[in-house]
Amino acid sequence: MSNTQTRTYDVAVIGAGIVGSAIARKLAGYQLSIALVDARDDVGDGTSKANTAILHTGFDAKPGTLESRMVREGYRLLSEYAKATGIPVEHTGAVLVAWDQEQVNALPGLKDKAEENGYDKTEIMDAAEVYRLLPHLGKGALAGLSVPDESIICTWTTNLALATDAVQRGTELLLGRWVSGIETDKANRITHLKTGIDRVSAHWVINAAGLGGDTIDQLFGYDRFHITPRRGELLVYDKQARPLVDKIVLPVPTALGKGVLVSPTIYGNVMLGPTAEDLTDRTDTGTSESGFSFLRGKGEKIMPRLLEEEITATYAGLRAASDYPDYLIEVDTEQQYVLVGGIRSTGLTSGIAVAEYVDGLLKHSGAIKLVERVDMPEAPHMPNIGEAFLRPYQDAARIAKDPAYGKIVCFCERVTAGEIRDTFTSPIPPRTLDGLRRRTRAQNGRCQGFFCGAEVAELLETRGQSLTPANTAATRLSTPGTAK
Amino acid sequence: MTTNGSTATPPVLTPAVLTPTVLIIGGGPSGLRAAAELAPRVPGEVLVLERESTAGGIPRHSDHPGYGIRDMGTFMGGPKYAGILRDRALKAGARILTNATVTDWAGDRSVNVTMPEGRVRVDADVVVLATGARERPRTARLIPGDRGQGVYTTGQLQNIVHLKHGTVGKRAVIVGAELVSWSAAMTLQHVKCKTVLMTTEYPKPDAYRLFSGPGKFFFKTRVSTRTRVTRIIGKPQVQAVEIENIDTGQRRTVACDTVILTGDWIPDHELARAAGIDIDAASKAPVVDAALRTNRPGIFAIGNALHPVDTADVAALDGAAVADHVIAHLSGRRPSGTAISLKAEAPFRWVAPAILRQDDPAPPRRRLLLWTDTYVPFPTVVLHQNGRVIARKRLWWPAAPGRVFRVPSSILQHINWEAGPVTIGLAN
Ligand SMILES: Cc1cc2nc3c(=O)[nH]c(=O)nc-3n(C[C@H](O)[C@H](O)[C@H](O)COP(=O)(O)OP(=O)(O)OC[C@H]3O[C@@H](n4cnc5c(N)ncnc54)[C@H](O)[C@@H]3O)c2cc1C
Ligand SMILES: Cc1cc2nc3c(=O)[nH]c(=O)nc-3n(C[C@H](O)[C@H](O)[C@H](O)COP(=O)(O)OP(=O)(O)OC[C@H]3O[C@@H](n4cnc5c(N)ncnc54)[C@H](O)[C@@H]3O)c2cc1C
Repeated sequence: MSNTQTRTYDVAVIGAGIVGSAIARKLAGYQLSIALVDARDDVGDGTSKANTAILHTGFDAKPGTLESRMVREGYRLLSEYAKATGIPVEHTGAVLVAWDQEQVNALPGLKDKAEENGYDKTEIMDAAEVYRLLPHLGKGALAGLSVPDESIICTWTTNLALATDAVQRGTELLLGRWVSGIETDKANRITHLKTGIDRVSAHWVINAAGLGGDTIDQLFGYDRFHITPRRGELLVYDKQARPLVDKIVLPVPTALGKGVLVSPTIYGNVMLGPTAEDLTDRTDTGTSESGFSFLRGKGEKIMPRLLEEEITATYAGLRAASDYPDYLIEVDTEQQYVLVGGIRSTGLTSGIAVAEYVDGLLKHSGAIKLVERVDMPEAPHMPNIGEAFLRPYQDAARIAKDPAYGKIVCFCERVTAGEIRDTFTSPIPPRTLDGLRRRTRAQNGRCQGFFCGAEVAELLETRGQSLTPANTAATRLSTPGTAK
Repeated sequence: MTTNGSTATPPVLTPAVLTPTVLIIGGGPSGLRAAAELAPRVPGEVLVLERESTAGGIPRHSDHPGYGIRDMGTFMGGPKYAGILRDRALKAGARILTNATVTDWAGDRSVNVTMPEGRVRVDADVVVLATGARERPRTARLIPGDRGQGVYTTGQLQNIVHLKHGTVGKRAVIVGAELVSWSAAMTLQHVKCKTVLMTTEYPKPDAYRLFSGPGKFFFKTRVSTRTRVTRIIGKPQVQAVEIENIDTGQRRTVACDTVILTGDWIPDHELARAAGIDIDAASKAPVVDAALRTNRPGIFAIGNALHPVDTADVAALDGAAVADHVIAHLSGRRPSGTAISLKAEAPFRWVAPAILRQDDPAPPRRRLLLWTDTYVPFPTVVLHQNGRVIARKRLWWPAAPGRVFRVPSSILQHINWEAGPVTIGLAN
């Protein structure tokens, strides 16, 4: 290797998704040097960017599993963290709808299961109540189960907040580094991670590589679990569909998964999905004809009125489905290596709890010295990109202070020049258009760049400097309205 | 007092409420022309709000000849045309505020606006919606495949090339073969990107013969008819598209690094919908009467927001026509008599205006505007009322998909104003 990171970190975390970022943040609270390594050009560019973004209560998890516990604790921890950092969350609640007698019969069991999972607020409802809550639901619903605390959250801001927090606590973010192999230096208890561009050395390695978790695990000599990428495709409908539904509409879960839901999104749209299809290619986040027609078929039944609206976005995410039936989190004190694997379809919710759990295991092992820092920086305050909360373009006081927040660049999503500019001075600036989109929503709207695409591209190139509306903001309004 | 080097001098925020007599939302050809006509005739202010940094609408970045034929009697490029419309509106005394986005309604004829000077409310006596139309992007067309870069609408392409002087790839497939598709081909040629194929789902290219004959030759471009794009292949950069012959189901891939999605218009109707204005199910445009009134008193609609899409001159002439109707409204005149609806029948998709009254004036340019799904070379237009044919008219121009089909409004003279809804279709 030509290039070598000269220092040896105490801990290297592989994977800057929600799980890895949460772990790096947690461990950076100790007197440790941490590297957060990811193959991509940005944090949160794997499964954590493309999910259904629901903050789960865990009511339907398998009782007694680690996953059930992590989701339950994660719900509480992430809710608190969201409040502290400004991650947008809407407590919409969910209604699980039964469409046939078999599903009606399954509801009491689901209620019991929720209680076993420590969640006792579900209620079984008759059809009339279901339609009162969801007036645009398709015909044929027979009954439902309400889950009042299921919520929607911004998965992008969650990942970015955790990673930003980690970086502000001193974590070194090493992007663009695909870990392809390891070398061990047993004498000094160091593992060298071979990446495409250099070598990252650390005393401890934490594998939070999501879809790549089993491959990394094999580098450490294990054969504990195998990941199958399970693709989930989604359709996002125009904001004008949002009045149709203000709760998450869930199906009765089956052995195959959570099924297709209809849900408001934190950005003010409505989503329909996901599909569940096992693939072999771990990078295939493309969309498919069959996926689209399957979803439209489901949508036709769940909420036919939704299909009359325009589709703003389509995307696909890959769940790290595993042949091990639960989360798989284990510490190897010999190799100073931690596996955080099989975090399947609930990792957005559980990420912070998983970090706490890993911390507990490490403490318990006694194999690493964990001394709390005294000089801990404050948690970051994240820019709001949630539709339900005050956005800069609506904020008269903020625009008065800085006219850049009054210059809307992306008309559909109402993203201002000020917000775009700010991302480039943030602790983790965007390097790609997608990175900018996840931080601001620019170009995510109904026109997909017809109007703003060229402007946004230029702002990315100039790191937000090409528009300085301060200059254009003359005193145009000071003349009385009748002047000709 | 000045601060040390800070550029962000707080702007003057007075008044935070503007009170023009007429508010025109959108400074494209239709809005600017309406402003130029109204400003000298309206006692108070005529205010145009435009969200872009320059007024002019689509022609600003449509840098090729083809503008100004019907409204100015000449033939010029888009940017020049936009400049003339801007100058005329300003000379006439209208006020144009750019970088000003109307975000939502604050009252019946009152809106909230975001601009660098602040968050402002505008209260007007009359609001004219001139918000234009856009092309549907890949997502709305549900084209599956990889998320490779290199997929654009014509609007984005022309913004990149003509406003930002940027470039795209080297080999393009253009989806669509209507007027705007040839506009895209011209822009691609300008940046030396070869158009390897144009596709259309129709059995023949939809643009004027002017383009499809000599155009084909000029651009050396093949047009695949009855063809749809079924998949985009390649990431991070597009490498090919998969296309299907709709009749045979046969598929093949065409190598390209650029895909331009043209046509498939949808009006920017969000403000209209938010106001509860009736929307046409097919065109998704606000429903208007011949005086360009929506069903909300004092709210008018003009241009491509109304007929997605027609040429800029026709949009501008809507702007000229609406002036009389706005003045009439300001002087207290309201629609009178029973309103009957005009419905489009296959092969027509929509018709504007779609609300008719005996006392209403003629529509702009004395034309009904329609959109057809099939090509009919010698159409005979038929009006039905109560199951009976009430009028028929042979026209000397074809009805062609991908562009507006115009029918003289004189055909309406046969309507029985007591007999309910009218449909417009073709004799078979
Ligand atoms: C369709 C769908 C819907 C979902 N809905 C929800 C939901 O509603 N609520 C919920 O809580 N959860 C949901 N999930 C699950 C959730 O998104 C995931 O559990 C979570 O994002 C996992 O985070 P992670 O950090 O483990 O993985 P990732 O976000 O995938 O992060 C792993 C990172 O590791 C990196 N990496 C991998 N291999 C290597 C290597 N060799 N070298 C360097 N870097 C590497 C990758 O680049 C990636 O950035 C859903 C998932 C999908 C697919
Ligand atoms: C690629 C292309 C090529 C073309 N070529 C030709 C040609 O050669 N000849 C020809 O005659 N026509 C051509 N046309 C058609 C012509 O450009 C349009 O007919 C014309 O621009 C329509 O004018 P308009 O005023 O209705 O809408 P637009 O020009 O679309 O203007 C609408 C304006 O409203 C603004 N707006 C919308 N919403 C808001 C809001 N909420 N707040 C503030 N402002 C808002 C928009 O920013 C925009 O500037 C072409 C169109 C395209 C896309």
